[in-house]
Amino acid sequence: MSDLMKVSSNPHIRAKSSTSSIMAAVVIALLPAAGFGIYNFGLDALILILVTVLSTVLTEYIFEKILGKKVTIGDYSAVVTGLLLALNLPVSAPWWIGVIGGVFAILVVKLLFGGLGQNFMNPALGARCFLLISFTSIMTNFDCDAYTGATPLAALKSGEAVNIFNMVIGKTSGTIGETSMIAIVIGACFLIMTGIIDLRIPGSYIVSFVIFISLFGGRGFDYAYISAHLAGGGLMLGAFFMATDYVTRPITVKGQYVYGILLGILTGIFRVFGPSSEGVSYAIILGNLLVPLIEKATLPTAFGKGGARA
Amino acid sequence: MNDIKERLVNGLIKENPTFVLMLGMCPTLAVTTSAMNGLGMGLTTMVVLALSNAFISLLRNIIPGKVRIPAFIVIIASFVTMVELLLEGFIPSLYSALGIYIPLIVVNCIILGRAESYASKNPVIASLFDGIGMGLGFSFALTCIGAVRELIGAGTLFGLHIMPESYIPCSIFIMAPGAFFVLAMLTAIQNKVKLIGERKGKDMSKIQSGCGSDCMNCSDTGCTKRLYDEKAQNLKTQQIKGEGEKDHA
Repeated sequence: MSDLMKVSSNPHIRAKSSTSSIMAAVVIALLPAAGFGIYNFGLDALILILVTVLSTVLTEYIFEKILGKKVTIGDYSAVVTGLLLALNLPVSAPWWIGVIGGVFAILVVKLLFGGLGQNFMNPALGARCFLLISFTSIMTNFDCDAYTGATPLAALKSGEAVNIFNMVIGKTSGTIGETSMIAIVIGACFLIMTGIIDLRIPGSYIVSFVIFISLFGGRGFDYAYISAHLAGGGLMLGAFFMATDYVTRPITVKGQYVYGILLGILTGIFRVFGPSSEGVSYAIILGNLLVPLIEKATLPTAFGKGGARA
Repeated sequence: MNDIKERLVNGLIKENPTFVLMLGMCPTLAVTTSAMNGLGMGLTTMVVLALSNAFISLLRNIIPGKVRIPAFIVIIASFVTMVELLLEGFIPSLYSALGIYIPLIVVNCIILGRAESYASKNPVIASLFDGIGMGLGFSFALTCIGAVRELIGAGTLFGLHIMPESYIPCSIFIMAPGAFFVLAMLTAIQNKVKLIGERKGKDMSKIQSGCGSDCMNCSDTGCTKRLYDEKAQNLKTQQIKGEGEKDHA
């Protein structure tokens, strides 16, 4: 309480959160997913995560040292980017994929546009799409010691049966961090309870995606099919951790709903009608590009302006 | 002779159409998937540019000011058609690699830009070499972009394997996004070189940045001013000419 009692001009009530505390909370929230990935895929996953995080942090440090700018690795945003990127990589990827992705995410997507707060696109997802286009065969090779064969979504797309229980727990193939729905939801609950994210974007994203899949998925409102779509693939990770990125989401409340619905529809289109079985990352970066438009369209009227004229 | 040299240097470095003037972006980004394609596109454009510049300069006193743009386009389109048929006949591989971008040379803004701002106001020889200089600058830029994209995106250079066997090509660089990355990086390097030179106190007026001033005041201080001024002068001379003709009548 004494922290809040200050004799000063306004604002009198200050939140104690800062960029670094928020980013640190996101890192903590990602730990269950990362931990389960390491448990699921073995030591290779740990090495890939460490290499990727190290490369994002080092890139930011070196770039800012060379340019003589204030070094901002202390705000942990580079750690979040590296961790998210690593969780989006298949465990079979060689270490240099993590390095290239990390450098691209920080250097091209974030720092060249002016650093944290100026990037128009989620750096981790930008780098993932860059890697996906550049090294398609490596990025879609989900064979590893623990699992061989198609990811649940690919199996679903080709009409094979999938085990939903395994998908919810996470005992399937996929990228390091996306397999376990439970671990992701635990992390997301932590973020929601600490007030760092709210349910507007993830909620509207998931609901609109479910509606889209039931309308156009070809199976109607098939409970098993829809839950397989929700639990398999990167939808949960994307909805809770990447679509809610402070920098690249709309600020306005109405805009956040629009954004979430847009992501749901885009993901549905990519998954149902696209050639690939997954579409979360493309949907989110496309949504990122539309954020300025959404914000412009949903700008609330300032007090005293507009309204009915007498 | 000095004139000719000045024109060549101008096209290659000072007003390099790609890195400095940022003209002709459509073929620059689309066809530079390999060094060979870039060079082929550049040289094709150079031939059209030099010939159309020379012809427009020859006809500059005959073409009426009001219909000059259609007249320029007719001349340019004729040369493009000739070059297209020649390419199809003699270098079919390049012809199929460049595809739709050969006929699109007609609407390449470098060619129309040089016709409007240089060839229609200057004698034949100078215009011819202006075209060659600009064409060389364009070829140089396209070959550079193509070489970088081919090296990173396919591990080859002019079709020869350069990178070691273990190199896994980063194929985004031979797709559309790679063109933007490479163009931006090369332009940034060019600007950096210029800045270093300026700091050392050298006269770098020969290497001009496309955007030495801020965008907000481009029409007052940047290169846009020069373009507008030339247009204004052009109009003025034509008005004077028109009045003179009236007097004669």
